[in-house]
Amino acid sequence: MRSFLLRRVLLALATLWLASSLVFLFLLFLPGDPVQAILGLEASPAARQALERALGLDKPPWERYADWLTRTLRLDLGESIRYGKPVGELLEERLPLTLGLVLLGLGGALFLALPLALLALRFPFWDLALTGLMALLQSVPTFFLGVVLLYALAVHLPLFPASGFPGFSNPWEALRHLFLPALTLALSRAAILFRMARGSLLEVMGQDYIRTARAKGVPETWVLFKHALKPASLPLVTVLGLEGGFLLTGAVVVEVVFALPGMGSLALTALEARDYPLLQGLVLVMAALIVLFNLLVDLLYGLLDPRVAYA
Amino acid sequence: MRSPSLFIGSLLVGLFLLMALASYLYPVDPNAPDFLHRLAPPSPSHPLGTDPLGRDLLARLLHGARNALVVGGIAVSVGFALGVVSGLLAGYLGRYWDGILSLLMEALYALPGLLLALLFAALMGPGMVSSMLAVGLSMVPAFFRVARAGAMSLKTTPFVEAALALGAGPGRVVFRHLLPNLLGPLLVQASLAFAAALLAEAALSYLGLGVQPPNPSLGRMLREAQGFLPLSPYPALVPGVALSLTVLGFNLLGDGLRDRLDPRR
Repeated sequence: MRSFLLRRVLLALATLWLASSLVFLFLLFLPGDPVQAILGLEASPAARQALERALGLDKPPWERYADWLTRTLRLDLGESIRYGKPVGELLEERLPLTLGLVLLGLGGALFLALPLALLALRFPFWDLALTGLMALLQSVPTFFLGVVLLYALAVHLPLFPASGFPGFSNPWEALRHLFLPALTLALSRAAILFRMARGSLLEVMGQDYIRTARAKGVPETWVLFKHALKPASLPLVTVLGLEGGFLLTGAVVVEVVFALPGMGSLALTALEARDYPLLQGLVLVMAALIVLFNLLVDLLYGLLDPRVAYA
Repeated sequence: MRSPSLFIGSLLVGLFLLMALASYLYPVDPNAPDFLHRLAPPSPSHPLGTDPLGRDLLARLLHGARNALVVGGIAVSVGFALGVVSGLLAGYLGRYWDGILSLLMEALYALPGLLLALLFAALMGPGMVSSMLAVGLSMVPAFFRVARAGAMSLKTTPFVEAALALGAGPGRVVFRHLLPNLLGPLLVQASLAFAAALLAEAALSYLGLGVQPPNPSLGRMLREAQGFLPLSPYPALVPGVALSLTVLGFNLLGDGLRDRLDPRR
């Protein structure tokens, strides 16, 4: 188990390094001039030079890369142009909301998908209805779902607040404001998890030991819960590993629909203000979150299935 | 019917293609405002109603479908080309090639389309080109995985060994023998990727990173209509429903193709 852990953490670090270097490379090689984007076409050469020096763009690429890498390794993400504050500080303010939304969304998606998959397998009528519904749900864009929920449950029937976030100091109010956004995210991710859970349950239900369990007279519901659920959850964990990116980008979109002050809205502000250090820092932190999520899921997989850890 | 999902999927996809084509035939300008008929319900002069600026929703829908088709098509092509070539090479050559390329894909996977689109929009300005590139690059790992797995399982088959025995080089084996035999699963992946590309493009234009106004796009239409929902549901429903059904079509088509092409079923 320990060597598996070490190997997996090293792989995650390599991935993170490569992903961040890709970000750097894109910024270096794509057409487009950050200085011109910030100052506009009619800036004086002196102003251009000053900004180039301030951003470190006057140095050769490899030196910029070395500078940037050492700073990033010290967790120094630079200073935001728009806010005049360290990028790390801005992220600290915005991260809890986005992270909370992602976790609530993921929890909600699992909470919806698993019981519904079991229900679908137990009762054929539900199977048809739920499979169709989930195929449809999988195709509805997250923001459309959000707008519909917003209109239905915040405007038409004012049960929940439509937008904004009061902060975590009052947990009840925070949860009330996060309910609709989290529900949107959960519903949009539940569809794929339901399909996967149903698929792997179906596969397990064809196994010999399930037939044995049925033959010795175990009630069908008990077969499902006791004998099928655990082995079927393994493939589901694999799919979960791929969900990190979807959850995070979904959260960004949902934040915009419900006007929540999270990392997504910060990224759009950064883009509008051409705030490169902030944007780069945000992209880097989000990529790191995805890698971390992937790592945690892999470790969970190793924990659930000892064969993986010893392989 | 043997495969309802293939049938319904093709039907919906066909409808989407017709919509994109019909943008050339429908004579109404999608950007011409009609200030006297803002947020109008469907009527003979505006078959699907009008948006908050009084622009014809049908015209905007058709042109939006055309833009979505272009963006999605180019994004999937970018993902397909890069992902399939690198996946086939990684799977066939193995060894360190496989290690390096797989790690690169893992890294790329940590940068979803939205993150890439933010970066590209900052550099090149938000618009169709940067969103196509971003969505396309983010699809590379999915194609890579399918192509790599296929190449790995095919490279020890007798027909590949026969080709090698006849003196075929790696390029010839990969592109003349492996690729044609993997077109089925790759086609399935392409259909599912198109659905994902449509969703990604719509999300990007909803966020203002994709197709720029006044050029119509389905995501942008929804964004513009959102604040007016209590006054008229049509401007939000039209693009939302059209987009959902199109994505459903591509998803069903992909599933149906998989069922049809998968020899195990």
